[in-house]
Amino acid sequence: MTDKTSVDVRSARKVYDATSGTVVALDSVSVQIHKGEFFTLLGPSGCGKTTLLRLIAGFESPTAGEILLNGTDISGKPPFERPVNTVFQSYALFPHLTVRQNISFGLEMLGRSKDEVARKTNEMLELVKMTAMADRKPQQLSGGQQQRVALARALSPEPEVLLLDEPLSALDLKLRKEMQHELKRLQLETGITFIFVTHDQEEALTMSDRVAVMRDGRILQVGNPREIYTRPVDRFVADFIGETNFLSATIDGKKVRLTTGDTIAASGVEAHTEGAAVTLAIRPEQVRVGDKGGLAATVAETVYFGTDTHLHLTLGDGSELVARLQSPPSGEIGLAPGAKVSVSFTEGAVQVLEQ
Amino acid sequence: MASKRAKIFSITTIPGFTTLAIITFLVLYAPIATLVIYSFNGGTSVAAWGGFSTKWYAVAWENSQVQEATLRSVFIATLASAIATTLATMAALGTTRRGKYKGWNFIYLLINQPIMVPEIVTAVALLIFFASIKVATGYTGLGYLIAAHSAFCIPFAYLPIRARLEGMDLTLETAAGDLYARPFTIFRRITLPLLAPGIAAGAMLAFVISLDDVIITEFVKSAGQDTLPTYMLGQLRRAATPEVNAISTALLVLTVLLLTAFFVLSRKRD
Repeated sequence: MTDKTSVDVRSARKVYDATSGTVVALDSVSVQIHKGEFFTLLGPSGCGKTTLLRLIAGFESPTAGEILLNGTDISGKPPFERPVNTVFQSYALFPHLTVRQNISFGLEMLGRSKDEVARKTNEMLELVKMTAMADRKPQQLSGGQQQRVALARALSPEPEVLLLDEPLSALDLKLRKEMQHELKRLQLETGITFIFVTHDQEEALTMSDRVAVMRDGRILQVGNPREIYTRPVDRFVADFIGETNFLSATIDGKKVRLTTGDTIAASGVEAHTEGAAVTLAIRPEQVRVGDKGGLAATVAETVYFGTDTHLHLTLGDGSELVARLQSPPSGEIGLAPGAKVSVSFTEGAVQVLEQ
Repeated sequence: MASKRAKIFSITTIPGFTTLAIITFLVLYAPIATLVIYSFNGGTSVAAWGGFSTKWYAVAWENSQVQEATLRSVFIATLASAIATTLATMAALGTTRRGKYKGWNFIYLLINQPIMVPEIVTAVALLIFFASIKVATGYTGLGYLIAAHSAFCIPFAYLPIRARLEGMDLTLETAAGDLYARPFTIFRRITLPLLAPGIAAGAMLAFVISLDDVIITEFVKSAGQDTLPTYMLGQLRRAATPEVNAISTALLVLTVLLLTAFFVLSRKRD
């Protein structure tokens, strides 16, 4: 751990008792989150991302392992002794209090002076642009406004870390996009470490400094959005983040041999031994379709998406591949099912998965 | 499709539905209407009309026995509903603020025992139980009635409070804890204010139930401890005058007001 580490999770494990034996929600997870970082826990439901968040907040205590905040073990501390605040998925605004009272609640509980509570609350109202609504009750607000109040309420005590549990999932698409920008702006303005939980890969890629991809109570990969997208460690990560083609191949010298018999260049070959069976990941937008000079393929289907057209291709041995091509102005890609084409890949686009 | 189905099977299309509904309401409310009308009877009979008058209200108002019984009823009902509501609030918190555990149904049954056991059984049991305490301690005050009323009011206070608690979002308490509130502060600043309409509704229901009780009071009371209902019962045994109608009507108005408040409060959502 370094000075730059904010939250240090060490081999955290969480096991729940269920009627059918025990359920391992979190399986010895270790991760370090830097100060001032926008860190995202990404994964499908049941992957343990919310459990990890609740452990950091103190709503649950780990079965084993420890959680450090700025170098101090906080695993045994109750939530009200942790300088960590949470934005809940349901917002959990106090219905009997006004917007202003909601935002000042944390400051009052910390025993701040009346003046400071008022000043800080006004600042927060400004920050989330809710000054005009300060005396309303939460149920008089729209979903997006409630969201902003929830943010202001959690930010007002100036926590070391802000935890966000899928806070955008209840909003419609347009509002969600707006709030993504808003969140990023707040994070940059306050400089507070954000730990964001989501199952939406696009949200994770666009907002985060770093992303941890989780599955079955484990962290599979941690990296910045580009690393996660361009160099996924395994099939699950590659598939969960965006769309990916998977092809089986064997290592052949510095290249890989496909099941069609063709050899192509690929990155990540050196991590495997000669002749080893591996999986290749290729993003559909990196597949080039031409007349000659590549792998022989037949068009099986074309699907029009507006900006893009997806071309479902069948290679010589029957394996399938999807190419994403930019739609021409006419919208007609000019390739009917049954057309013979030649497929190649952008340099560096073919990735040998580590596992 | 659904609405079409509903139309075909609607109970209102059964022949005679309207007639039956009218008859049911008549049977329910005609006696009460008669009672109210005869409370304004100028004569001395509860059955023969002797012109309009409010004199029986004045008679009841000035009757010292009625005054005493009324004050006693209100005193007992106030204390009993306060005690019952406090206990019911704690019971409701205890039964909703933790997961279902073994024996949960049994505890639920215990709390609601006064609703399930026939009232006469409770009355006899209390009579015998309190008699032995009276012999042992010599105390003959209102404490017995207050204790008895508190006990049978608990389930009536418990049910609306529990309903309110079950509808409450537990995340709110978690959020308060996250915002540095300690457990007791969470209870005082978040749980209690949100629970208040349920508690008020429970208290009102308990108050009405206590005010209205005859059977248990009749068995438990000592000499000179008549409540309004037992006083009225005693009066009817001798000579029934429209004074009883007047008292009943006043009680009816009070009860309707309290129960209206109860329904308004238990429907309150925020």
